[in-house]
Amino acid sequence: MATQSDRPRQSREHEAFLSSLARRRMVVSVARALILAAFVVLWEVAARRGWINAFVVSQPSRAFATAVSMARRGELWLHLGMTVGETAIGFTVGTLIGIVAAVLLWWSDLLSDILDPYIVVLNSIPKVALGPIFIVWLGTTVTAIIAMAIAISVVVTIMMVYVGFRQVDPDRVKLLRTFGATRLQILSKVVLPASVPVMIAALKVNVGLSMVGTIVGEFLVSKAGLGFLIVYGGQVFNMSLVMSSVILLSIVSVLLYYGVSALERAVMRTRG
Amino acid sequence: MSGGANVAGVDDPGGRASAIGLDRVWMIYHTREAETAALAQMSLEVAPQEFVAVVGPSGCGKSTVLSLVAGLIKPTSGSVEVCGETVTGPSGHVGYMLQQDCLYEWRTILGNALLGLEVQRAVTRESVAVVRRMLNAYGLGEFENHYPCHLSGGMRQRAALVRTLATRPDVLLLDEPLSALDYQTRLEVSEDLYRIMRAEGLTVLMVTHDISEAIAMSDRVLVMSRRPGRIKSSHKINLTCERQTPIGRREAPEFRAYFNAIWKELTADGHAVGSAPAIART
Repeated sequence: MATQSDRPRQSREHEAFLSSLARRRMVVSVARALILAAFVVLWEVAARRGWINAFVVSQPSRAFATAVSMARRGELWLHLGMTVGETAIGFTVGTLIGIVAAVLLWWSDLLSDILDPYIVVLNSIPKVALGPIFIVWLGTTVTAIIAMAIAISVVVTIMMVYVGFRQVDPDRVKLLRTFGATRLQILSKVVLPASVPVMIAALKVNVGLSMVGTIVGEFLVSKAGLGFLIVYGGQVFNMSLVMSSVILLSIVSVLLYYGVSALERAVMRTRG
Repeated sequence: MSGGANVAGVDDPGGRASAIGLDRVWMIYHTREAETAALAQMSLEVAPQEFVAVVGPSGCGKSTVLSLVAGLIKPTSGSVEVCGETVTGPSGHVGYMLQQDCLYEWRTILGNALLGLEVQRAVTRESVAVVRRMLNAYGLGEFENHYPCHLSGGMRQRAALVRTLATRPDVLLLDEPLSALDYQTRLEVSEDLYRIMRAEGLTVLMVTHDISEAIAMSDRVLVMSRRPGRIKSSHKINLTCERQTPIGRREAPEFRAYFNAIWKELTADGHAVGSAPAIART
């Protein structure tokens, strides 16, 4: 009987605990929104009152107006689509090439021993420095931009995924060998599936890296894309164009990142 | 050299072909720093359907013996035979259970149980039905579509056993298959293992550092020397008890005598590292 009468009291405590959690979550969300709002308001007010030079730093209302008018003329979607497309192709292809290269290195210890210093060198070069080379080879084209995006993500992928392959539990490989598995079976039945989390982690890193590659590429060669808008806006001193492009760029990059996170959750759910 | 060969030979039922045979095997590992002899002139025989346990100090080459029989490594010299055939690589004769259950977390229990058949390209409607029947028989039927993370340690080890048995091996190698489990689960799983092995009529070679477990489960206990390993002595286990199961056998009056004899053998060799906890557990 004692436990019966104790129950409601315990559950009330638990309720209090849950509501304190909810309160905390509320505080966090409200504070986050307030910071953003305060920043925007302060920026706008400071520009209007002349505390800062609106010609140099622009102001939220103008940046917004610029974005809206671009959207009306349909240009915005062209530029957004360009940047998103180049980035998506860049990180997908970069990740795939990186995984294939990692498989080759895993397949042959000798090959990975031989290539080790070259990979270290490739990893340490700032890939952005290769931009002019891609332009000479591929012309001032979208292909050159994508090459840039791939170049910047592929070496990191090779290193991350190869390390992941090597960290697969040796007992799991041994188990497969006791069944008489071939090297190809070891790759397909244990090494690749066990490394799926590593490959997704590489994809996550590559989303950000490929975007850097794409924007640098657009700075150098393009006639469309957010990188182009930023450079163009800078050249003609249209800071509202620059600011609205930068804001759009940050929104796009966050959305891409969440996209990959959603993919990760979906994959992990099937793994029980 | 009191001769590992003839000690093992004493128990050889003679004439009958052995299920596992190692004949004067040397195993030497090479690294940049040194070469190490893991096994020196090691010989042993296991008769069909016999359950043999190997105990020895850590690092004496117990696991090397299993890897040789499984065909994962080749002896430096000497010969290894399974079911009358010289071992040249992994074969369908042998099933190997490791210390960890090594279930793949991205496969369901059924998917894990079918792993060996998949590798050997032997997945057929019949073989799948056999595996499902085994899962049912071992109390895993309703979990066949669950992922390993939802199973207890004992159930996982049983699933690993089904995976091993699915390829219909004649010889089963157990590499401390219970050491990763807590003590209570360990006793339960040893009962299951014992019952299943006997029911399937398998030849078993089990490596362990737990003397009690070795006596409770096997027909014969081989004691290995420190590295380089060879068979020091062989103890045929005859226990008088009502229930011939690992737990029942622990109650036999002879149990303690065997334990003490084997323990003495191990400690006579210097320090019997890794065997001390076994005393506390009996």
